[in-house]
Amino acid sequence: MYNFEYHKPTSVADAAALLAKADDAKLMAGGMTLLPTLKQRLAQPSDVIDLGGIAGLAGIRKEGNALVVGAMTTHAAVAHSAEVKATIPALAHLAGMIGDPQVRHRGTIGGSIANNDPAADYPGALVALGATVTTNKRTIAADQFFTGLFETALDAGEIVQSVSFPVPEKAAYTKFRNPASRYAIVGSFVAKGPSGVRVAITGAGPTVFRWKEAEAALAGSFTPAAVEKLTAPSSGLNSDIHASAEYRAHLVGVMTKRAVAAAG
Amino acid sequence: MTDTGIGASVKRREDFRFLTGRGTYTDDINRPGQLHAWIVRSPHAHAKIVKLDTAAAKSAPGVVAVFVGADMAADQVGGLPCGWLIHSRDGTPMVEPPHPPLVTDRVRHVGDQVALIVAETRQQARDAAELLDIVYEELPAVVSMTDAIAPGATQIWEQAARNTCYDWEFGDRAGVEKAFREAHHIAKLDLVNNRLVPNAMEPRAAIGDFDRATGEYTLYTTSQNPHVIRLLMGAFVLHIPESRLRVVAPDVGGGFGSKIYHYAEEAIVTWAAGKLAKPIKWTAERSESFMSDAHGRDHVTTVELALDKDGKFLALREHTLANMGAYLSTFSTCIPTILHATLLAGVYTTPVIYAEVRAVFTNTVPVDAYRGAGRPEATYLLERIVDVAADETGIDPAEIRRRNFIPTNAFPYQTPVALKYDSGDYFTTLDMSLKAADYAGFEKRRAEAARRGKYRGIGIATYIEACGIAPSQVVGALGGRAGLYESAEVRVHPTGSVTVFTGAHSHGQGHETTFAQLVSEMLQIPMDSIEIVHGDTNKVAFGMGTYGSRSLAVGGMAIMKAVEKVVNKGKKIAAHLLEASEADIEYKDGKFQVAGTDKSKAFGEIALTAYVPHNYPMETLEPGLDETAFYDPKNFTFPSGAHICEVEIDPDTGVTRIVNFVASDDFGRIINPMIVEGQVHGGLGQGIGQALLEGCVYDPKSGQILTGSYMDYCMPRADDLPSFNVATHNVPSTDNALGVKGCGEAGAIGAPAAVMNAVVDALSALGVKHVEMPATPQRVWQIIHDKRTAKAA
Amino acid sequence: MASTVTMTVNGKSVTGAVEARTLLVHFLRETLGLTGTHVGCDTSQCGACVVHVDGKSVKSCTILAVQCAGADVMTIEGLAKDGTLHPMQEAFRDNHGLQCGFCTPGMVMSAVDLAKHNPAPSEQEVREWLEGNLCRCTGYHNIVKSVIAGAKAMQG
Repeated sequence: MYNFEYHKPTSVADAAALLAKADDAKLMAGGMTLLPTLKQRLAQPSDVIDLGGIAGLAGIRKEGNALVVGAMTTHAAVAHSAEVKATIPALAHLAGMIGDPQVRHRGTIGGSIANNDPAADYPGALVALGATVTTNKRTIAADQFFTGLFETALDAGEIVQSVSFPVPEKAAYTKFRNPASRYAIVGSFVAKGPSGVRVAITGAGPTVFRWKEAEAALAGSFTPAAVEKLTAPSSGLNSDIHASAEYRAHLVGVMTKRAVAAAG
Repeated sequence: MTDTGIGASVKRREDFRFLTGRGTYTDDINRPGQLHAWIVRSPHAHAKIVKLDTAAAKSAPGVVAVFVGADMAADQVGGLPCGWLIHSRDGTPMVEPPHPPLVTDRVRHVGDQVALIVAETRQQARDAAELLDIVYEELPAVVSMTDAIAPGATQIWEQAARNTCYDWEFGDRAGVEKAFREAHHIAKLDLVNNRLVPNAMEPRAAIGDFDRATGEYTLYTTSQNPHVIRLLMGAFVLHIPESRLRVVAPDVGGGFGSKIYHYAEEAIVTWAAGKLAKPIKWTAERSESFMSDAHGRDHVTTVELALDKDGKFLALREHTLANMGAYLSTFSTCIPTILHATLLAGVYTTPVIYAEVRAVFTNTVPVDAYRGAGRPEATYLLERIVDVAADETGIDPAEIRRRNFIPTNAFPYQTPVALKYDSGDYFTTLDMSLKAADYAGFEKRRAEAARRGKYRGIGIATYIEACGIAPSQVVGALGGRAGLYESAEVRVHPTGSVTVFTGAHSHGQGHETTFAQLVSEMLQIPMDSIEIVHGDTNKVAFGMGTYGSRSLAVGGMAIMKAVEKVVNKGKKIAAHLLEASEADIEYKDGKFQVAGTDKSKAFGEIALTAYVPHNYPMETLEPGLDETAFYDPKNFTFPSGAHICEVEIDPDTGVTRIVNFVASDDFGRIINPMIVEGQVHGGLGQGIGQALLEGCVYDPKSGQILTGSYMDYCMPRADDLPSFNVATHNVPSTDNALGVKGCGEAGAIGAPAAVMNAVVDALSALGVKHVEMPATPQRVWQIIHDKRTAKAA
Repeated sequence: MASTVTMTVNGKSVTGAVEARTLLVHFLRETLGLTGTHVGCDTSQCGACVVHVDGKSVKSCTILAVQCAGADVMTIEGLAKDGTLHPMQEAFRDNHGLQCGFCTPGMVMSAVDLAKHNPAPSEQEVREWLEGNLCRCTGYHNIVKSVIAGAKAMQG
């Protein structure tokens, strides 16, 4: 790891000020991606701004017909939250499948979505549930938030504060793990909610995307049989030693069918 | 049997320190004034070094020194030696290229050692490494073996035409050809034995130290055999006499073969410690382990089996390309030959066998022994071709094996491939496994799974291995450059407590417990009064270390011999004290006793007398009670067994789940059943890993390792493996007095074939004849997809 | 760029000099000499470095020492009290849940955390919980047995 200046601000405003002042600062939430990246010397930030000292960024609360999860809420907290289990059990289930127990104790929803790893799980939940991201500057709809491989709509100096999930009627998440890293090769988050049926696929492409064909089929009949015969196109999907684009395309169908079955 | 003697599952004595964080692994050791090393490694698979400027790195903060290959060459540092000479079929010796610890002009694999940075902290050393000004001129990389031997392929070594190290043959070629001509049926299979990265959980580490006052060098290292490292590094590389070189292998976090070899980093830090008169520590990061630990397996093979009309095996023929990597690691050359082709009879009466093995250089990390070493490769090809033959002849896989087993009354059994098996009972272990696996009821389970849309399969592997490596004269005749005996010293102290010094090395095997049980049983004294010492050349007189499941069969026998010497001397002392004839003294229940009388002296009394020899036969006997023995085995030992695996495959995802794994093994006499079971479990984990999960993949063009971390190299996790159903049926070895055979590698040898036979069986309804390892979800799905698509078309 | 950090480790307040980039595991091993916590990989996967920070298992190779200022850290060295093994340690010994011992400290610390909120884990739950802990020696068979037995013993 290259050395850097470490900061632990106590407010979002202070964090934003530090971010503006430094040459090339990185925000650190749980650090579950940032620290391994730094250990491999794949990045050399001048400053690391630890968001762990800011009160009020973690927590889960119900707001009207939405569940609001603070940016610094850990995966373990979401997985074990009675509130989440009661309102959006699929979200608790997803959080409980991220990484391993130790990663879940540190990793956060804010860090996950701001990083937008193509194999991350949360982006699928945000897009399928039609969530809204609140930053220190504005709110951003999930559909506009994830813009590309490790790319988001966040501006420099923008800090994620919370994510608001409209409570769906039904939802489920199923993923096929990379046997080695255990990241998602394909994850399918299926939801039927206020904004209709949505199917968000992670892992398969450069960033999360909606599988519109499946959404249309499920809008007609929310059953596994409705997607049984569908196959996602493999063009544009990721391909590596663990999974070809063709295999991923096939798994998109399988995981979606299973997610629909799990959503009931 | 006492509650701590032979046959008792005594809890391990080493566990307390490991469980409380008080083990001492190499990286836990810090010497006063210690500096830290970072090894700069080649980012290219094959390149010339056209510029190497160290000036900027040398002036970086904290840097004490930067050394390159030319510095070592100027000190006449030698190359890392290869311990086994193999001759090609035309009688020429193998090509043995130089293997300098730091290269001078050319790099030959990603990870090759280019320079050493020594700094006050590890981070400073690594920071400075980036200031090294190196310019490489890339050369074409030779990655696959078939490319490497093609005419016109880039030569990795000038002296190795067609990148061939040797072209070896073994067995009765003419006899095999005749048998094949006359055969009723011939089964043939092309297969790959996938390249593996051993991945002991403790990364390699080394600390070099030099005492200017005494001129003594010390190397702390993660080794399975500290004396072998002392010998190789001292004699061949650094030219330091044994008397001034101490090698310590403290607690070692797993080896599996990968910590047998003398590695460049050991020589580099020891040499640099001498140059700077300071201790220097190097510890591998895991990503370095992937590109510098010797890899395992990596064979490309064609195997053919000739059968008569009754399914009896008439002849076996193998042609294999074996990957050596870019350099010859310490025992690399004997693995695909001596430790492989000699096992091709397996548990069968196949009368004639012939093997051709061509060892090939590639721009990859050197390949050497990994748990099983040559024997898993032999078992895999044999047990796969037997299943192919069973399928083609319509004989049940269990039945075809039974028809060809060496009869239980035929031992000792001389195979056509040099080995003479000591003992065994292959029928019983197979029957045990068939019963435990409910083989008879399998088709019902297959049908039930089919109703759920799953493919279910069952696979058998009956294996043999050669352990207790090895009789030195046999080894010497076959090209080995070492003796493979073991030494032990049993030092009885004046108060009757005992220290046993063994040349074997424990890195997870529990020797401190097992060896103490053995001595406790022999001397009939409490285990608590026995200490086992290993892993330090300044304490243990000599040793050849631990590999090839030899610790008990060779090391344990050396201990037994030394204990016998102690008892024999004790008898002389007792005879004197008891005024009896030596011939009348017997040692029983911890006492030297005049036979048929109640006159006796306790073990402790004799020990005290030996050290306080006031009343002592001084004219015929030396004082003291401290005996050393060397034991050279008269033969290998031959553990065997039957493993059965049952799998279920999800055709939607290609995921193979192991639903049951049964292992029935014959390990000869067992000292500690708990430890033996643990060894089997671990071997099975690695064998299943090879079959379903693990494979080292190189980019075929660039020679970059695509599986260079746990992000891409799939290590078995707890939820990848089942609980195992293991049992033993032990037929004592007739070739050593303990009757022991060895158990360390069995799981890794039997499991791959059992798993893959089950996978192929599961997919047999689709017409699948073979699946390569690892049977990853992607590979299995692709096969199912292709077969179904072809059927539909 | 060095600063000092103060935290509680195994019940005692400790202070040491660190760089911003110093990982907790290196602070424990090198500054405090607590070498029971091991490093087995560089991609945060093997779990040989698992310790408890404020009562939860974390990978000490993936947290900076400075992030732990004021935290309560427990390592494998803090688990046995007065030379008596913790029930989970005892269970690993009784069930031969360790061989080379290298992964063991992380394995035990992870298992203790599991048992704290799941006093009677099933075999499958144990296997899934151990996703972040690699062992190369045991095939996990006896580790799983150990964790189940240890969790039971921890209930007293």
